[in-house]
Amino acid sequence: MLADGDEMRIIAGGQTLVPLMAMRLARPKRLIDIARIPDLAFVRKEDGSVTIGATTRQCVVEYDPVVRAELPLLAKVLPFVGHAPIRSRGTIGGSLANADPAAEIVLVAVTLGATLIYQDGTRRVEVPASDFFLGPMLTAMPATGCLVAARFPIWREARVGVGFQEVNARASDFAFASAAAQIALDETGICRRAALGIGAITPCPLRLDGIAEALIGTRPDQAGVRAAVESALADIEPLSDLHASAGYRRRAAAALAARAVIEAYAAAKAAEDAHAR
Amino acid sequence: MRVDLSVNGATHALEVEPRMSLLDCLRERLLLTGTHAGCEHGVCGACTVLIDGAPARSCLIFAVQADGYEITTIEGVTPGPGELSPVQDAFCETHGMQCGYCTPGMILTAHALLAGNPAPTRAQIVEAISANLCRCTGYAQIVEAIALAAERIRGLNEPAVKP
Repeated sequence: MLADGDEMRIIAGGQTLVPLMAMRLARPKRLIDIARIPDLAFVRKEDGSVTIGATTRQCVVEYDPVVRAELPLLAKVLPFVGHAPIRSRGTIGGSLANADPAAEIVLVAVTLGATLIYQDGTRRVEVPASDFFLGPMLTAMPATGCLVAARFPIWREARVGVGFQEVNARASDFAFASAAAQIALDETGICRRAALGIGAITPCPLRLDGIAEALIGTRPDQAGVRAAVESALADIEPLSDLHASAGYRRRAAAALAARAVIEAYAAAKAAEDAHAR
Repeated sequence: MRVDLSVNGATHALEVEPRMSLLDCLRERLLLTGTHAGCEHGVCGACTVLIDGAPARSCLIFAVQADGYEITTIEGVTPGPGELSPVQDAFCETHGMQCGYCTPGMILTAHALLAGNPAPTRAQIVEAISANLCRCTGYAQIVEAIALAAERIRGLNEPAVKP
């Protein structure tokens, strides 16, 4: 049906598309509702990863025991995704396919290096998050494609901690800047693995691999991370609008990234050997 | 399009335009006008209903998508005609409203909160009710109302006189 074109849109939870339709910013001629396709709503633990079906509702993922145990960063950000009535209809795949620069789920997918899986006719395509998100509301998925799942890697280290920070005008509104971090420590408290991403300041969330790599072998300190993010953002022209200027977003992102790293570090230090196996 | 809507325990077979929101359908077709139209793009919470017990914006779901779900509106929370639910009672007592336009949505949000969490902290009440905009009260009495309702609902299963 999608291949027939003619201004068709896929709808799942409708928590972004319907407001756009209400404001007449989107005027699809036909909607294809995928919300009740049973095979698209699941959380499945596989070898080294957790795959989440596109129409799995955010409120379901938020409380899913597998997600809480294996994808603590995703569990951490979900309460920040809209308000509860939005999450009770909104889906994981809907947020990913919408690719809002400020979306928390997109930030986690980029930070952890998730894989996005879409179906295009009979073709099933897997794209790493770093290649999937191209810009605001823009993905590598063609208009004839339908996102079916996202696969998030599990970190097997024994001591993993996560941090998430954002600033917005009001709880659960769109973030002006956000940062997510996941850190694994060895038994002596030295960082062995790190991932850091910032959201809402660039056209799609930005993974700061250089800074994350520099954390390895160290005990992260807030001032150091902040300075590193500030210098990493020096050449970037952040998004800017009435609510948050480019300069503000750059400063906020650096401060939030530093806080997220320290939050993740503290959580990892406190972590029991929950994953010991 | 044909849709079977289950609202407050009664099933209605309706023929609706695909573009009709659940909000408009409840108000215009079923004449359940307690569900209020506010911003109509998912921000204000005035149109909040429960879908299978979970709070949702009735302006962000088309009536045809709601087929088969158990929908609860403000008209469905009362125990009987002329009576009020403990949450409604508490809103009256603490004067948790001024103009009352946002109140039905607030009540349903509070019902959903208390169904899942009988003893919410103040912070949890504030977080839940932040999904509903009120332009009159400043929220203090609304938060008070939900805390009072929680206390009363918890008390229902306890001895009338505590030692």
